[in-house]
Amino acid sequence: MAETVKVPTMAEYMAEGKKPEVLFWVGCAGSFDDRAKKITKAFVKLLHNANVDFAVLGTEESCTGDPAKRAGNEFLFQMQAVTNIEVMNAYEIKKVVTACPHCFNTLKNEYPSLGGEYEVMHHTQFLKSLLEEGRLKVEGGKFKGKRITFHDPCYLGRANNVYEAPRDLLRKLEVELIEMKRCKRNGLCCGAGGAQMFKEPEPGNKDVNIERTEDALETKPDIIAAGCPFCNTMMTDGIKNKEKEETIQVLDVAELIANAQDL
Amino acid sequence: MIKFLPNIIFIVTLVVGIGYFAKNVRKIIRNIKLGKDVDRSDNKNARFKNMAMIALGQTKMVRRPIAGILHVIVYIGFIIINIEVLEIIIDGIFGTHRIFAPLGGVYDFLIGSFEILAFLVLVSVFIFWIRRNVINIKRFKTLKGWPKNDGNIILYFEVVLMTLFLTMNATDLQLQNLGADHYVRAGAYPISQFISPLFDGMSITSLVIIERGAWWLHIIGILTFLNYLYFSKHLHILLAFPNTYYADLNAQGKVNNLKAVTDEVMLMMDPNADPFAAPADDALDENEEPSKFGASDVMDLNWVQLLNAYTCTECGRCTSECPANQTGKKLSPRKIMMDTRDRLKEVGDNIDKNGSFVDDGKQLLNDYITTEELWACTTCNACVEACPVNINPLSIILEMRRYLVMEQSAAPSDLNNMMSNIENNGAPWPFNQMDRLNWSDEA
Repeated sequence: MAETVKVPTMAEYMAEGKKPEVLFWVGCAGSFDDRAKKITKAFVKLLHNANVDFAVLGTEESCTGDPAKRAGNEFLFQMQAVTNIEVMNAYEIKKVVTACPHCFNTLKNEYPSLGGEYEVMHHTQFLKSLLEEGRLKVEGGKFKGKRITFHDPCYLGRANNVYEAPRDLLRKLEVELIEMKRCKRNGLCCGAGGAQMFKEPEPGNKDVNIERTEDALETKPDIIAAGCPFCNTMMTDGIKNKEKEETIQVLDVAELIANAQDL
Repeated sequence: MIKFLPNIIFIVTLVVGIGYFAKNVRKIIRNIKLGKDVDRSDNKNARFKNMAMIALGQTKMVRRPIAGILHVIVYIGFIIINIEVLEIIIDGIFGTHRIFAPLGGVYDFLIGSFEILAFLVLVSVFIFWIRRNVINIKRFKTLKGWPKNDGNIILYFEVVLMTLFLTMNATDLQLQNLGADHYVRAGAYPISQFISPLFDGMSITSLVIIERGAWWLHIIGILTFLNYLYFSKHLHILLAFPNTYYADLNAQGKVNNLKAVTDEVMLMMDPNADPFAAPADDALDENEEPSKFGASDVMDLNWVQLLNAYTCTECGRCTSECPANQTGKKLSPRKIMMDTRDRLKEVGDNIDKNGSFVDDGKQLLNDYITTEELWACTTCNACVEACPVNINPLSIILEMRRYLVMEQSAAPSDLNNMMSNIENNGAPWPFNQMDRLNWSDEA
């Protein structure tokens, strides 16, 4: 993990008069959050490894507006959306991949009626398509036989009915995939959605991420797999709260695949 | 004349019973239409499919197998036994007795199945009562007052109606065996044959009185139940159908983009727009109220959300799946729906009294739903997924958050920080947009 990898920007592509196969929408967490940046880097390594011709917007990317919209600030959301759409349309973007289900949902469902129509994929869907095209190899490697449970991100699962892509990838890792009692469409939220990530929870008797971590611990996992940087943070905090961080890791599906191959 | 007295009484009862219900149905429709317009006329095939699968086919109901299967029994019982009601109505109007009897074997089969269903309904209703009142099921235990009584009253109605139906058949069977006038030999009685011995040795007159009594009480009971619906959570037996038909067909994650906001944003972004331009003529209409963002009262919601409120049968599956509720927060999606209906009822009564709505100093926000409830939502869609009839409590929560933020600037301070960060740096945290690609240089 020592060397840095080349990450081309759309501006650079434009300057060379080229267009990439896909735009990698990094998202705010993937750009700024120390934990999520590792997911971003792991995904970039996989893209390089599969020879995917991709670019990022870099400093031209801005928040999709999801947390503002869910908090009720439709103005701010649409300002963000329209600005982002202007940038993306100027680059004639056709296909977008992102490792954040919130960005995924917003770009896919809420941008089209504002003029931003793209083919939007979650990184687990994209990685699965690379696998099917034979461009990406996913092998068990060091995770072979490990007990792994997958936490469904609400904005990937219930919100967009994507349940199998991350699981298919995990199965390819030859891990022992164990489902929590509440999974797929019944999956319990990690507690971060709807802008909760950015505020203190309302008074209650428990934090949602603790409740969800307990679901995960019931499966006695070696690893909790996530597909969302916010779920990742919430579950990591939950594991720390339970003082299990020595024995249980919380890793994104992209990290699992990259680490399995020691990329 | 006296010969036709029962027919006349029957017709009057029927007209009054159905007429009063129709009057209340018109009120419901009027109240639902208080909501804002939303176009759900598209994609008729997908809508019919949803209605067929979810309302008629009960597919979401059986996701919880115990309650689901019991519900299917009561539901099928309800629908099938209504064929018997058709016979009762024809008999009542024309003074006939068991008009469908000439169907022979088919009739035996019909009556036999009604009886078995009636028995199964009784068993299911008994288990439902135990679940509501004895077993410690949180979503029922948390119901207090009228909503709790309402749930039980519906069960008692079912018991009374099914018992009357079986009593009617049991005495009819006795009368058939005794060869009483009018009582043609017809029907199969797999259940009431076991009740029939209770009436052994009674005179034909007593039996006729019991049989007629049960018959009359049964039809009066059904008409009473019909009229009870308006006051009860039980409207779902009718409204589940339009509710599933008009439900949002988009991915659950998609939240509508407010058109009024889009217009303003587009104007702001348009480099050719004249910032000092006078408003367009149509905006000068003094009678036109400036558009309000989000919802603080039921009239600000759309009509599908109001239909949702009338459809809700308070089963509580939404609340039992809600992560906020499970962790002790005040939010309960079921309460959101119940509050919306209660407020809508209040607004409707206000209109009935005054001719049109007169400000009563109350609204849905704060008087019914508190901001603490609204801010506890994670927008995870568990409530939407859980609802057996596709009610969307989340859409109401978001609409009310919009009002709080865009009309009142009343977001929690943490969220205000998040939003000013997005405004200033294009990220919910205070990082510089120019540093967005720094990760690529970090090892």
